[in-house]
Amino acid sequence: MSGMGNELYGPEHDVAADAGWPGDQPRKGFFTDTSVCIGCKACEVACKEWNGVPDDGFNLLGSSYDNTGALGASTWRHVAFIEQPRRLGVQDAGIAQLPTGPEGTSAVNVAADEAQTGDRSLLGTDSTKVSIGMPSTTLPGAEDPEGKRTEFRWLMESDVCKHCTHAACLDVCPTGSLFRTEFGTVVVQDDICNGCGYCVPACPFGVIDRRIGDKSTKNVGMAQKCTLCYDRLGAGMTPACAQACPTQSIQFGDVDELRERAAARLSALHEAGVGEAQLYGADPDDGIGGAGAMFLLLDEPEVYGLPPDPVVTTRDLPAMWRKAALAALTLGAAAVGSFLGGRR
Amino acid sequence: MSEQPQPVAADRHTDTGAGRGRLGRRRRGAESVMVPDVEFTSYYGRPVLKAAPWSADIPAYLFLGGLSGGSALLAAGADLTDRPALRRTARLGAASSITASFGLLVHDLGKPSRFVNMLRVAKVTSPMSVGTWILSAYGPLAGLAAAAELRQLVPRRLQPLARLLGFAGRPAGLAAAALGPAVASYTAVLMSDTATPAWHEAHRELPFVFVGSAASAAAGLGMLGAPVTEAGPARRFALVGAAVEIVAERRMESSMGLAAETLHEGTAGTLMRASKALIAAGALGSLVASRSRVVAAVSGAALLGGSACARFGIFHAGQQSARDPKYTVVPQRERLDARNST
Repeated sequence: MSGMGNELYGPEHDVAADAGWPGDQPRKGFFTDTSVCIGCKACEVACKEWNGVPDDGFNLLGSSYDNTGALGASTWRHVAFIEQPRRLGVQDAGIAQLPTGPEGTSAVNVAADEAQTGDRSLLGTDSTKVSIGMPSTTLPGAEDPEGKRTEFRWLMESDVCKHCTHAACLDVCPTGSLFRTEFGTVVVQDDICNGCGYCVPACPFGVIDRRIGDKSTKNVGMAQKCTLCYDRLGAGMTPACAQACPTQSIQFGDVDELRERAAARLSALHEAGVGEAQLYGADPDDGIGGAGAMFLLLDEPEVYGLPPDPVVTTRDLPAMWRKAALAALTLGAAAVGSFLGGRR
Repeated sequence: MSEQPQPVAADRHTDTGAGRGRLGRRRRGAESVMVPDVEFTSYYGRPVLKAAPWSADIPAYLFLGGLSGGSALLAAGADLTDRPALRRTARLGAASSITASFGLLVHDLGKPSRFVNMLRVAKVTSPMSVGTWILSAYGPLAGLAAAAELRQLVPRRLQPLARLLGFAGRPAGLAAAALGPAVASYTAVLMSDTATPAWHEAHRELPFVFVGSAASAAAGLGMLGAPVTEAGPARRFALVGAAVEIVAERRMESSMGLAAETLHEGTAGTLMRASKALIAAGALGSLVASRSRVVAAVSGAALLGGSACARFGIFHAGQQSARDPKYTVVPQRERLDARNST
């Protein structure tokens, strides 16, 4: 068991080669830069369309614009929306301590109501218009941008399977359905998975899940998750979500290069005064040996629903097997003792 | 225009657990007695992890698997020390509980028709794969040993078969007993080798809790099914099993950190309290069970019940620890902050 070394934990140079793949196909992954995400959900839609992922319910969750909730068997890209009351000074965007005027949203509302309910004789009517709360085409704060800046920011993040260097889901899969591809990604083979569900609690990110639905639902009862568009990769194409992303928030490429790109973007943001920017999943020394899909976040990971310090559960597996062996010996000894230890 | 979306403080809610309807269920009493516990941030209070998609099949299997493994040991001992009634009870118990286990495990699959795919590979990194192979070897042996007990039922014209069963009974029973401890202990690794906080953080002691639980369950069955004159080893097995389970469970709770909370609250809390009471009662009863078959049977039933309650309790605690982001975020945040501050 000790010979497993980096197969269970720690940095690993070439995941595909360690899984037995010949050749020198570079490891592929995503770098999702949330600082330029606009929350359009094109990634969610493109993923559903390309991969034929069924709906996951048409729910209104009451959590900003997020109505998918979390990654799951039928949500392989998930855009998180976080509305934060946040002092601009904290963000240090170079305008700290400047007067900000009245709180923007209410000021705009008052202005809008006045325009709609005031004297309307110029329009040839003396009826007083009543605001019915229709949305307007005027941008909030458009009349006086300096005076109506709000202490508010909106974080958006397109989450996806991390394609871990040490993937717990793959390690614990008892059928070999989950496997490491030649691109270093982690994929479920739909024709093999028997729906044991073991990968579901094994994932430290809560990504993979067993698909529920009636008998007509595609791949129902099986574990499902992002494949990093294994079929598209095989044809030399970009994964659907990255292809659809209009702001290059989702970048696809070789993991080595993406790590460099992520580091460069981080220092650019730090230089620009966005001190809270941080990378997530980009460090090969972290608890999962680094992710194939890494992120640039503008707040702590748990704000986005990500675990702050995930560790692959199989790191402790050799210790667990040793304890289990010791416990088994204890049980055997207890049984022997029970027969030898008395007269009756 | 008048309906501009208001900034909602949906994020950065420091989720104290209070006011989210969750703590209300966990702690009896009203708002006034609530103590704000650890502050942490989450995404709309949603779980970070996915709870295992397993039904009651799995904790039931944990119980029956342990019962079977422990019974195989008792059966072998009874066979070698000439205790036919204890041997019969234990062999039949071992075989029927492992048969039921197979049924439960297949039933819990998302694709039951593909259960045989478990045998495509053998992976030491997958406790479920290891367990499949252990069960594949153990099941037929336990079945053969039990069939030897039933050889009188073989029709007269198939007497050679009955004789064959008679010969095979002991070797099969001994081989099953050799695998029994593995059947009883691997399930602890199965549960611990997950990101589910209450299961993973219990990984140092859970195998001992499980083998203790297996011993008390098997001993309970032996005390129920065998006359008191033969059940001496079962009574001693019960005492040792109960002691191991209670001590290991206590140590587990003190080493698993925040997630230990889940063993005291809600369904899991009720089950764990019931388990401790039943195990203690059964163990005490086993001290005097040599005098009365009734006391032996009641004690045996209490031990079986206590073992089952522990398995279901630990199962539910794990599920709750996965559903509440607190058990994921708080320990990880503490770990991260400690690392960053050094």
